[in-house]
Amino acid sequence: MELSEHIKTANVEDVTLRRPFHPALRGTLCVTSHHLLFSDRKDEASWQLLILLKNIDAIEKSVENLFGYPRAVGSSGTITIKCKDLLVLQLEIPGMEECLNIASSIEALSSLESVTEMYPFFYRPSHLTLNGPWGLSSTEQYYKQTERLWDRWRVSTVNSDYSVCPSYPSAVIVPREVDDDKLIHSARFRQGGRFPVLSYCHHRNGMVIMRSSQPLTGANKKRCKEDELLLQAVIDGSELGYIIDLRSAQQAQQARMTGGGFESKSFYSHWKRIHRHHERGKVVQESLIKLVEACSDPSHSVDRWLSKLENSKWLSHVHSALSTAGLVVECVERDGHSVLVHGSEGTDNTLLVSSLAQLILDPASRTVTGFLCLLEREWIQAGHPFQQRCAHSAYSHARLKQECPIFLLLLDCVWQVWRQFPLALEFSEALLLRLAQEVYASNYGTFLCNSEQERCAAGVKENTHCLFQSLLRPDIEEQYLNPLYEPTDLAIWPSVHPQSLQLWTGLFLRWTEYAQNMEEAREEVWSIVKEHHEQAGPDRTNNTLSTHCDTLTSFENLMDELTIL
Amino acid sequence: HTHIYTVEQVKLLDRFSNKSVTGTLHLTATHLIFVESNSTSAQEIWILHHHIASVEKLSLTTSGCPLLIQCRNFRLVHFVIPRERDCHDIYSSLLRLLRPVSYDELYAFSYNPKQNDQEREEGWQLIDLAAEFERMGVPCDQWQLTDVNREYKVCKTYPRDLYVPITASKPIIVGSSKFRSKGRFPVLTYFYQEKKAAVCRCSQPLSGFSARCLEDEHMLQAISKANHNSRYIYVMDTRPKLNALANRAAGKGYENEDNYSNIRFQFVGIENIHVMRGSLQKLLEVVGTRSLSMTDYLVGLENSGWLRHIKAIMDAAIFLAKAVTVEGASVLVHCSDGWDRTAQVCALGSLLMDPYYRTIKGFMVLIEKDWISFGHKFADRCDQLDPDPKEVSPIFTQFLECVWQLTEQFPQAFEFSEWFLIQIHEHVHSCQFGNFLGNSQRQREDLQLKERTYSLWAHLLSEKQNYLNPLFSPSVAESHPVLEPSTQAYHFKFWRNMYNQYDRSMHPRQSILKHVLTLQESKRELEGTVQALKTKLQKFGVSTSPLKPQTPPRERSLPPRPQSLILGAPLLSRKEVQQEEDKEVFGEEAREDAPASTGGERTVEGSSATENGYGELMGSFGSKNEPGVVTLEFGVARMTC
Repeated sequence: MELSEHIKTANVEDVTLRRPFHPALRGTLCVTSHHLLFSDRKDEASWQLLILLKNIDAIEKSVENLFGYPRAVGSSGTITIKCKDLLVLQLEIPGMEECLNIASSIEALSSLESVTEMYPFFYRPSHLTLNGPWGLSSTEQYYKQTERLWDRWRVSTVNSDYSVCPSYPSAVIVPREVDDDKLIHSARFRQGGRFPVLSYCHHRNGMVIMRSSQPLTGANKKRCKEDELLLQAVIDGSELGYIIDLRSAQQAQQARMTGGGFESKSFYSHWKRIHRHHERGKVVQESLIKLVEACSDPSHSVDRWLSKLENSKWLSHVHSALSTAGLVVECVERDGHSVLVHGSEGTDNTLLVSSLAQLILDPASRTVTGFLCLLEREWIQAGHPFQQRCAHSAYSHARLKQECPIFLLLLDCVWQVWRQFPLALEFSEALLLRLAQEVYASNYGTFLCNSEQERCAAGVKENTHCLFQSLLRPDIEEQYLNPLYEPTDLAIWPSVHPQSLQLWTGLFLRWTEYAQNMEEAREEVWSIVKEHHEQAGPDRTNNTLSTHCDTLTSFENLMDELTIL
Repeated sequence: HTHIYTVEQVKLLDRFSNKSVTGTLHLTATHLIFVESNSTSAQEIWILHHHIASVEKLSLTTSGCPLLIQCRNFRLVHFVIPRERDCHDIYSSLLRLLRPVSYDELYAFSYNPKQNDQEREEGWQLIDLAAEFERMGVPCDQWQLTDVNREYKVCKTYPRDLYVPITASKPIIVGSSKFRSKGRFPVLTYFYQEKKAAVCRCSQPLSGFSARCLEDEHMLQAISKANHNSRYIYVMDTRPKLNALANRAAGKGYENEDNYSNIRFQFVGIENIHVMRGSLQKLLEVVGTRSLSMTDYLVGLENSGWLRHIKAIMDAAIFLAKAVTVEGASVLVHCSDGWDRTAQVCALGSLLMDPYYRTIKGFMVLIEKDWISFGHKFADRCDQLDPDPKEVSPIFTQFLECVWQLTEQFPQAFEFSEWFLIQIHEHVHSCQFGNFLGNSQRQREDLQLKERTYSLWAHLLSEKQNYLNPLFSPSVAESHPVLEPSTQAYHFKFWRNMYNQYDRSMHPRQSILKHVLTLQESKRELEGTVQALKTKLQKFGVSTSPLKPQTPPRERSLPPRPQSLILGAPLLSRKEVQQEEDKEVFGEEAREDAPASTGGERTVEGSSATENGYGELMGSFGSKNEPGVVTLEFGVARMTC
């Protein structure tokens, strides 16, 4: 079925658009295969609102005059559109039939399942060509750039046809002394074939963060020699490594009943296991739904607000993610030991914790490029199932399947780190907000599909544009830079006291009056800081002034000598 | 400054982690001082005796005798003293020192910042309330200065100079004062020139169930007549209606709308001092909990009710500001005695209406006017002189917090940053300056504070640089003179920098505020140097041709670590203490200013793993057969063997 067949009514005139904190507008509404377009033609400089249909999470229609004559004068309907970026719009459409048509078109077109029908495959801006480089880095490139890996680690292409692990990229980094055969065995012993691979090698002491899925020990306490050897090779002679298991000890025990399990001490004698409970899947999705619901009602009393905020548990998830990441960093940086992180599937919380740990540890991942590379390696290539996780956001009435806002949780945690270290990250909140939007609905192909394999099959790289490449274009990148950036080589340990963590108002209160005020304030704050940097910033003026000073001092010395002569 | 006591080998425990440091504890006549013995990162803690709210000796442990000290500035220190006897001695000396019996024993009377008498007098003259009323446009054709309280005969807790409507004759004033609790009759506190609307304050009427007083009715009539813009005046009773009703049984109460012509009566429901005291206590318990979970934190925050009370005060102030600026109506504000809630609402309301009060000087004037001169009972509320514990209440702290909440909503509207508010809070309790001593102006005159003590305002103004808000924009004040804050629930945030101000592990490790201030400072210094060198060169007759700026590789270094415990906080509180402390006692200077040594652990701005307690990885990892249970800060993890 052609996409256009879903569109029964393409154009409606005289539609009224209501947005929060803007006066109502009248104009023309137009539905295309991928967009909802509203244009206000009142004056010459017409104003347009273009919304990707994929961005629409839920649509509610209320039709007045339902029992009257369908074409009677004055019959009209209202459509409420709730977007995945948390914006809520209202459209008043004259004519009941048009209203129902538009609503059903939106419903059908906003929930397309086929990847190749999605907008990134049709997005062809004039300033981009499809032949350009796609993505920022690859496993091989990362290996090549990281000299400290060369000695003990190698790139394995055992997964080049995605048969060993369907959710891994074609190339992964593993200990040099472990051959591909062992990897295949280890993969069979891990859920989804996600055998332990290198995620990060610390620049200060060469210790590594590995990630995997749970071992399939099952009820009979099966073991796998190759898996044990693989982990032994990771610590290579050093006494100890840590396994951070992202489930409670009890959950890990229970997992054995369904074929999963944990690394038992007797077979992995050099590894110490620490359990940290992390919520996943549905629970986190429901947190998001509750939080957004709490944020969208401004009439709450202080008590009710705090109670709803607590009840959503969202900040508790932020809290656990940051503390576990802190724990991983503590193992690597302070105790000088390598770490293996996993939960069950190793595609969600595992990635969250390992990438946060890198942000805390590694100055390179705090630049714009570094951060995007981190996301590319640790989320996109590492096989976070974006398509499943981000199918719906906080408003959808659809029955939840695999949805889970783990990536949003990551962005929130990064925001918390940024708040505590406003000088340490090269990027600003704006980049995080942009990513939060792009991950749910995008013109670009970056967040499509669930794994490298699927992306290959769908021809994503050949037929779509890359978001990260476009974010790094100098004119674009500029708007995401943090004017206060001062790089530091040190680990940035975030405080994880509940008092130190806050609601990410920039995201969750984005479309409220609050955000309106704060946005204005923030803009002015930044402009002042920027201006200040230009005037007094250490980059220019200070240097100029101190050079002046130096030169003047030498002048002075010279003059002194002259007078003596 | 006699040095009373020294104990070596005292341990100071961090209240949120397992960290402890060892050092020496000194007890002097005015301070309790802890000096860390580790010479590379020696920190010092100076605690003024007046700041100590309670001392507690806990039961003996294997490592010594624990001594728990809670301070009014929300510091909590936990010492472990090796010998029980030493601990007891310190404990009993502290108990004695903590309870001054007379005003003369307060620190302010011995504090001497090395100023001469003239400087001291000038300090006291900085704030002039007569000039402030003049700035508002009073006296004018409708309002005049009355000398009725010149000798404090009509109202002991009011200042001498009071402003009343022209038409309010002396008999009316005196009659009205007799009908008001503690004689606190309606007087002017703020005049909104643009609409000629007045903000007046008083205490509750002694109306009981049916009593009325014609003079009091005339008084309100006079206030109403003084404003031609509005036919009515608002009477705001800042208490919950139930409290006001209960007061009627005691012969007090509220204005009956039938007896007063053209008044609009309104309750706004701010709770009393006892509720507020309890609420703060609950709040502090929650935020002082070790290994606090997010759930317990949010539930505790809700249960304390603290932010609800803050919102109630804010709501009242907004009501007041709207009535005056939008409707142009005059407003009379009262509560029971008219010195707690009334002060909060009048001061905050004026701050919303008048940009002047959002400057450093103006804020001082505001506090001097609505709090000090109108007799907020600082001595009782802040527990200065061994008073009734039932009189203690964080009323002024709440006012400061409301202002902070506003600075969060309007980052550009205030000339000062939150450190200014925190510093004022510090000194309200320190009894180091004379301003806040006593309960009323009359008492302050009796104590001869202006002759015998120093003014805080002069001290704060001398350090003005530290309190500036670099984002302050006077043009914003011009374009939006009246602040219209939003009171949606999510605007009310927990003020961590106040209530956890000494828990450094909790604070952002880098502060934008501090950063910008440092930049400004260094720019000023460099410009100064350049200027000096230029002058020298001119002396030698060399013309300064513009030099080509070379750009040497910029050194990427961390900004200097701020000396204060709180990151981004200006360095000061200890400065004046150090100046006058007897240095011979310790043989070495306070090393607060020394840059942080980066000895073992290199960290950003003092952030480190140990402070955060992501989970203590304890024990040596060399021994593989370690028993496997490790307690973690965030739940217990079991390391299976």
